[in-house]
Amino acid sequence: MTSLSLIVGRTVIDAVSNAGRGSILLWEMILQTPAAWKMRREILEQMHIVALGSLPLIITTSIFVGAVTAVQAVYQMQAYVPMKFLGTVISKSVFIELGPVLTALVVGGRLCANYAAELGTMKVTEQLDAMEMIAIDPVRYLAMPRFVATVLMLPVITIFADAIAILSGFLISVMTLDVTSSSFGEGLRMYFKTSELASGLIKAFFFGGIISMSGIFYGFNTQGGAEGVGRATMGAVVSSCLSILVADYFLAAVLFQIIFD
Amino acid sequence: MNKDSEPTLPSFYLADPLGYDGIALQGVTKSFQGRAVLDDLYFTIEKGETVVVIGRSGEGKSVMLKHIVRLLEPESGQIWVDGIEVNSLGKTELFELRKRFGMLFQMAALFDSMTICENVSLGLIENSGLSESEIRDRACACLRMVGLVDVEEMFPVELSGGMKKRAGLARAIAMQPNYILYDEPTTGLDPITADAINDLILKLQAELQVTSIVVTHDMASAFKIADRIAMLHKGRIIYADRVDNVRQSDNEYVRQFIAGSAQGPLGAF
Repeated sequence: MTSLSLIVGRTVIDAVSNAGRGSILLWEMILQTPAAWKMRREILEQMHIVALGSLPLIITTSIFVGAVTAVQAVYQMQAYVPMKFLGTVISKSVFIELGPVLTALVVGGRLCANYAAELGTMKVTEQLDAMEMIAIDPVRYLAMPRFVATVLMLPVITIFADAIAILSGFLISVMTLDVTSSSFGEGLRMYFKTSELASGLIKAFFFGGIISMSGIFYGFNTQGGAEGVGRATMGAVVSSCLSILVADYFLAAVLFQIIFD
Repeated sequence: MNKDSEPTLPSFYLADPLGYDGIALQGVTKSFQGRAVLDDLYFTIEKGETVVVIGRSGEGKSVMLKHIVRLLEPESGQIWVDGIEVNSLGKTELFELRKRFGMLFQMAALFDSMTICENVSLGLIENSGLSESEIRDRACACLRMVGLVDVEEMFPVELSGGMKKRAGLARAIAMQPNYILYDEPTTGLDPITADAINDLILKLQAELQVTSIVVTHDMASAFKIADRIAMLHKGRIIYADRVDNVRQSDNEYVRQFIAGSAQGPLGAF
């Protein structure tokens, strides 16, 4: 019983402490954003890693997201709903939920692991201390460019993922599911709302923040050697995925309230 | 070890650390996972001298070094540099103070995604306001000073251990610091390379007139480069004297450490 309460107590203290330190890190990164122009080279470099590096993964994921959405929508609709609404169903599913969330989970896993492992290795090999010793703030030089690049690029990647998923859904519908291209297009146009596309991109913006924060936070707080880097990388990916799903609910609740109003 | 056999501690208490021109650690305590690594530590380092801090592994030598530049924060006590209390500084002032320091890390801590020239130049690019060509000239001059030529475009992974240490030293002196901190500068090097690093430290002292604090357990190195040797044991400085007096010291802790003997008050494990 004592050991159980010890474990629970320690876990709660760790969670509160991590939340506090994470908030401080986030605030420090926000304070450093005015230096973004000076750090544009590093930011562009990170944007390149975020966007171009994720492209093959995003293309593959989006193709299959669009395809499976089409197949499952047809299966569920065939007896009750006219097929002209297939385009509507696919586009709404992709714009509002599947595009931003699956893109964030897939890209997040990749980026979180990258940030946590890179910064964690720098931490355990004293490279972060060395940076501080030449009067360079690692938050400004390493964290802020990653944060800004991820926050800015995730909505861009999401637009790209949305487009590929819808194109893939269209091709599967027309080629294998006996749906005409004009009926698919009509459904797509009929109930398209810019606010729904925007809500997906707003989600992507916040998910970008969660992904970069998780990777950077775990990287900067890595302890120990190779094992510590492994632990930090795993922790970053897990916390990023969980936080994305939790944030998705709250963002959806707030954004749909705004859309319906 | 019973109370009777504990050494008499030398006094480094300063009544007025504000007016002290050098580095002063006053009552610094730091513990990790409940174990006190620095325990009410008092120590002073005068401007211009080279102090070597010796002690067994895990006694807190590197921890002490990192407290001086606030890479670690004490639980209690104060650290003063040139009359400035380091722990009272805001982030901007702290970075300004750190410009007075250069530090050679145990494993050199070179930025492995950058070339050697970029490693040496980075601090200057971010802080100096010098032109690109001036920065490159300064970086090359620092590399030459530590005996490294034609390595500017190489990456750290392509260098040997000794070359990495020298590159780390070039980075440490690039900002023309007043103080250089050396964390185990000869550890992991063969005796000849280690001696070359010692010569380099002496050369830098002579040419740059810096104050140096060296943490090591390499006694050959300590005797060669030190003006003063201090011994850290159980979180406190238990001995400090001019290097000439250390060999003749009757302090049993120091004698055991110099002899490298497993028998004595320091114990073996």
